[in-house]
Amino acid sequence: MASLAWRNLFHDKVRFAVTLTGVVFAIVLIVVQLGLFIGFTTTTSNVIDHSNADLWVVSKGVQYFDAGVPVSERKLYQVMSTPGIIKAEKYIVRFSRWKRPDGAEENVIVIGFNPDTSMGGPWNLTVGHVKDLKAADTVFIDEFYREKLGVTHLGQVVEINGYRARIVGYTRGIRSFTTSPFIFTSFKNALNYGRLINEDQTIYIMAKAAAGADLAKLKRQLSARVTNVDIFTTAEFSRSTQFYWMLTTGAGIAVLIAALMGLIVGVVVVAQTIYATTMDHLREFGTLKAMGAPNGYIYRVIIKQAIMSAIIGYAVGMAISAVVIRISQKGGAAIRMPWPMAVAMFGLTLAMCIGASIVSIKKVTTIDPAMVFKG
Amino acid sequence: MTTAIAVKDVTKTYASGAAAVQALAGVTMAVSHGEVALLMGPSGSGKTTLLSIMGCILRPTSGFVQVCGRDVSGLSEAKLPAVRLQHIGFIFQGFNLFPTLTAGENVELSLDLKGVRAGLAKSRSRELLDAVGLTKKYDSFPADLSGGEKQRVAIARALAGDPQVILADEPTAALDSHSGRTVMEILRTLARQRDRAVVLVTHDNRLLEFADRIIRIEDGKIMPSPIPYEATISGADAPDYSSINPTPHG
Ligand SMILES: Nc1ncnc2c1ncn2[C@@H]1O[C@H](COP(=O)(O)OP(=O)(O)OP(=O)(O)O)[C@@H](O)[C@H]1O
Ligand SMILES: [Mg+2]
Repeated sequence: MASLAWRNLFHDKVRFAVTLTGVVFAIVLIVVQLGLFIGFTTTTSNVIDHSNADLWVVSKGVQYFDAGVPVSERKLYQVMSTPGIIKAEKYIVRFSRWKRPDGAEENVIVIGFNPDTSMGGPWNLTVGHVKDLKAADTVFIDEFYREKLGVTHLGQVVEINGYRARIVGYTRGIRSFTTSPFIFTSFKNALNYGRLINEDQTIYIMAKAAAGADLAKLKRQLSARVTNVDIFTTAEFSRSTQFYWMLTTGAGIAVLIAALMGLIVGVVVVAQTIYATTMDHLREFGTLKAMGAPNGYIYRVIIKQAIMSAIIGYAVGMAISAVVIRISQKGGAAIRMPWPMAVAMFGLTLAMCIGASIVSIKKVTTIDPAMVFKG
Repeated sequence: MTTAIAVKDVTKTYASGAAAVQALAGVTMAVSHGEVALLMGPSGSGKTTLLSIMGCILRPTSGFVQVCGRDVSGLSEAKLPAVRLQHIGFIFQGFNLFPTLTAGENVELSLDLKGVRAGLAKSRSRELLDAVGLTKKYDSFPADLSGGEKQRVAIARALAGDPQVILADEPTAALDSHSGRTVMEILRTLARQRDRAVVLVTHDNRLLEFADRIIRIEDGKIMPSPIPYEATISGADAPDYSSINPTPHG
């Protein structure tokens, strides 16, 4: 026999469509907002997360990637001579001005790294090799920003901070959280492109620890040796940067609030329709009680309805979300849905639907089975 | 004949706001296995209240209720559903079928409540619908059935759990006389052949011929001797209906 829950749910097709719309709407809203949040968050720390470094030495007080302050390159040698450190490199991250061929200017973030190492360089190369950046005046940009930066062809020459720059390669999918694109270049070039930085200075020092080294211990040792700096592990610097952009600037809060609203709207719509369905079937629930059904039996019917709404709503909602995410990838916004989030969404949808049925369950508890004898 | 259901000194007072209504003022009665008892009386006399108390849907304000030899007066609210489930089948004036389920599924639901597994419930439900002459209506939804058919589905459902006691509140009031007779015959056969106790509330004198006993209730009290309806109106001497031997109806 098809279960009572199933029949009650599908009997009124219009009402079921409304329930489903509520669930789907909530799911898509939450996925898009949370996905934006995750997308933004990972974008803010993208370069750090791909840096291959273990430790970051930053000028005291620096909290996030985009706002480094110059420190003396002498600190590089102090870092290098610390036991447990096998490699250390200077690293520049600096705002600058990019002059398009048509004369217009764009803000960019110049990233200067050592092309001989595997630390801090570009990834996802579609054209060119990292080694190409060893030549003077060469830069990599991301395909996504070609239009913004007025780049029409490989080998094109532009000006950064008044210095010549030649495009020798492209990356894909390296977006910056701000509107300023990242420009990858060698440390040497970056000294010219990045403003207000002297030859004997660097913004960051990236270090690689010996395999199996205790990073916490290394951090302490570095702090003791190198003055006026903060030491982060890569994970810490990543988190600190994410925290700054998402929470300190409020950019993330707005997105999270929107996600929360999606959740609230979802719960309310689902609660309302499940409640309406329950009210429709009140007499039957009363009859069930009179027949001797314990309350638990009726709760199960209602919760089953909620779970079925959740499962169907989840399937449809996720399908729509997937389409939205696909479309978003072509535009500027990066909505991301890692699989744990997809799983968590299922849990959230279930919780939302079951939570929404609590009002109905409360109502059913109060049904007096004696009602069945009333006309 | 053994007693299937009995009440003793039962009172019921509804506390509705400031005014309390005494619906039952000390009722004692019993119905035996194999007996069809009609509960009759004017509107507001307490028939439904008495039926609800016998059916363990309502708890009396005072007094005792015994179902199949078990005293249920002392049971907590939470334990009453199990008594209903095990011993009592209900039939309602308004049928109270589940509109989203087919006739067959309505019966199966009752079996599901009792924990009968799906396969067995299906065949049982077919047998029960066969027994009330609705073999062909197994897959019909209540909306597509006549009143009489609906009530027969409701009877099949009430019998599904094989209860010892059937309680019906005006089961024929919403039916035409032919359907009403069919329903009554099914209930009488049930009492006769399967030794079940059937208690039904009615206003309909045409059902008198199906009764083994008539219990009259007025102002929450059982009248000392069963008096037929006509007798109260005409004031004539009451024939003794308790000795009536109902003729089988063809
Ligand atoms: N839930 C309730 N709350 C308050 N008073 C009630 C309630 N149910 C019934 N009563 C009162 O109790 C008395 C008996 O009602 P009951 O329904 O048992 O009568 P009845 O004999 O079934 O009447 P009818 O033939 O009209 O169905 C009436 O006065 C009624 O108004
Ligand atoms: Mg009544």
